[in-house]
Amino acid sequence: MDSIREIVVLSGKGGTGKTSVASSLAYLAGKEAILADCDVDASNLHLIMGPDIIKKELFYGGEVAQIDIETCIQCGKCKEVCRFDAISFSAGVHTIDNLSCEGCGYCSRVCPTGAITMMPRLSGEFYISGIRNGSQMSHAKLFAGGENSGKLVATVKKNAYRMAKERGCDYLITDGAPGIGCPVVSSLSGAKVALLVTEPTMSALHDLKRVLFVVRRFNAIPLLVINKSDINEAVSEEIKIFAKSEKIEHLADIPFNTAFVESMGKARIVAEENQFLKGIFESVWEKAKEVADSSVQN
Amino acid sequence: MAQTSNVFKLAVASGKGGTGKTLLSTNLASFVSEFDDVLLVDLDVEEPNDSIFVKGLVSDVHPQYKMVPQWDVARCDLCGDCVDICNFNALVNVGKMIVVYENLCHSCHACSELCHKKALPMKKHHVGDVSVIKSQNLTLLEGRLNVNEEQPVALINNVHSLVNQNWSKYKYQIFDSPPGTSCSMVASTGKCDYILLVTEPTPFGLNDLKLAVDAAKLMKRPFGVVINKYGSGNKDVEEYCRDNGIEVLGKIPFDISIAERYSKGELLLDKHCFRSVVSSLYNKLENIRISQNG
Amino acid sequence: MKILFTSTGSEWSSKIDPRFGRAEYLLIYDTEKDELISTDNRSVNGKAHGAGTATAQKVFDLSPDVIITGNGPGENAARVLQHLNPKIFIDAQGLSVKDAYEKYSAGDLSQLPLS
Repeated sequence: MDSIREIVVLSGKGGTGKTSVASSLAYLAGKEAILADCDVDASNLHLIMGPDIIKKELFYGGEVAQIDIETCIQCGKCKEVCRFDAISFSAGVHTIDNLSCEGCGYCSRVCPTGAITMMPRLSGEFYISGIRNGSQMSHAKLFAGGENSGKLVATVKKNAYRMAKERGCDYLITDGAPGIGCPVVSSLSGAKVALLVTEPTMSALHDLKRVLFVVRRFNAIPLLVINKSDINEAVSEEIKIFAKSEKIEHLADIPFNTAFVESMGKARIVAEENQFLKGIFESVWEKAKEVADSSVQN
Repeated sequence: MAQTSNVFKLAVASGKGGTGKTLLSTNLASFVSEFDDVLLVDLDVEEPNDSIFVKGLVSDVHPQYKMVPQWDVARCDLCGDCVDICNFNALVNVGKMIVVYENLCHSCHACSELCHKKALPMKKHHVGDVSVIKSQNLTLLEGRLNVNEEQPVALINNVHSLVNQNWSKYKYQIFDSPPGTSCSMVASTGKCDYILLVTEPTPFGLNDLKLAVDAAKLMKRPFGVVINKYGSGNKDVEEYCRDNGIEVLGKIPFDISIAERYSKGELLLDKHCFRSVVSSLYNKLENIRISQNG
Repeated sequence: MKILFTSTGSEWSSKIDPRFGRAEYLLIYDTEKDELISTDNRSVNGKAHGAGTATAQKVFDLSPDVIITGNGPGENAARVLQHLNPKIFIDAQGLSVKDAYEKYSAGDLSQLPLS
């Protein structure tokens, strides 16, 4: 079996410990896995993996309109058709607000003098880096106000798959995007296993249910880890009942532990700092691998 | 954008998820509601959570739509121009049919208005709902995106318009914004009078705070910081704020009991140390509001 | 009969691209004429949004009877393909186009129901 098995770590709600889990699994996997950070809007994984950037490329996502002031006759047709209030007229000139422009290109089509060109929009950078555990990671930075698109996530994953193939890695560990929108959909595409990291709060349970819907749509096998499991036993129970009813295998409970924050403070991975937690992550990693392996045999 | 009335639109945002935006938004709104009318708007439309904390009856639901083209078979001559025009690939020509992908459409109207046969009239397409939840002086508007929709921005813009139409008499408007610094965060906070950035004293929190500060500067909005879980982690966030002249408007102490009660969906204003943080934050915001209204 | 492969290059030796919407090349093998024609799909690959429907449009225009790919089309693309109703075979990632074709001919690829 030579195909690469991808395990994506997801949470729905932010702050549940998704990145700590993804980094710990990557630490345990070592050279067996490539790590991909698809949480590109305010990404964090690089802070603890100590990436040594090997390659950097600019990322262009979507388009943005640009007016050439030489050819513009200030007729205002562009402003009339723009549905995003991205074109303003002041001091006798029409200008485009890059933040509001969605890149539909309508203005450029109605401009009588061809003064508007649709330009690729520079919206981030992506990187290939060596990491402390001897493997490599694929990651990206989205510039402020940039559109967090499926394309950026898809590029991060494409690089990761290529790296895995080149280095003969069997697995890809993906730190997925939060929410349920386009980036999550892209981070799930192709994944065999979705490891859902949640916490026993009403908010997290609510978000878990919404993200599960997307996971199902992509035929990834959901597995569950409850972080900070002891901060609310009742909600923890409720999550377990929910998991059972949805036939989601519950792999582990991780009790509240200050090691999460402490190791982060030292720019270290939880599993390399704390033996107890390392043990839990080892069992999670073994199980996730087993499920991912069996999914390709069928 | 500048408010002529004394309306104060406060955005509560953060780069990183899970730093306490919802904790702060719901408690601050509840605090203000003790003596004044307040509007709380949940703009985290992919994962709205405020209604877990603000308990009240849903008094009204406003379905939200975006405009999308609808193919008119009788008029269409299958020239295929619309497929080329759409920059979002929301239209596909499948032989003798044009199929519209409503979830990919950005409502730019280009295909519809440029169609020489007028075969793509625009129609409303349901993208989500805004629920109105009343709890005495507090009115919560909860935006919720349908699960199969991929674009939160259209819904966020709709909610802002809805607020301006129906709730403009509310002096305090608190917008609980989605995490991150991308287009949804910009759409949520870009037209507010002030942005409160909630962070935590960890390297993750600091990294994401810097990104959020960049976004606030890009939008030319005034902003300040609230540090949650203060006392855990390290001092880097405080030092960063001090070195860059960013005002820290509040510090919520790290306290496991806050986490426990939050997990149950409870408000925390009856907890003395927490209440004093919110109360002093309110006073500072009040000064900002007054000075902005000049 | 026309067979379409999503691939990472334009040759029989190229690998199958597991992705549908963001596939780099679309290869069509016409079994009657015994010729392999490639379409460069990298411009679609660069789309921020709607790669699935854009690729599906091209596939529709090429009108294959059979599609051999990896992960299978996403929801949007699947909706387009319903109008074409090809047989779709998945999980061919890692194979060369040639090997995938042989595996398909031997009946060893799994078929995706288009519902």
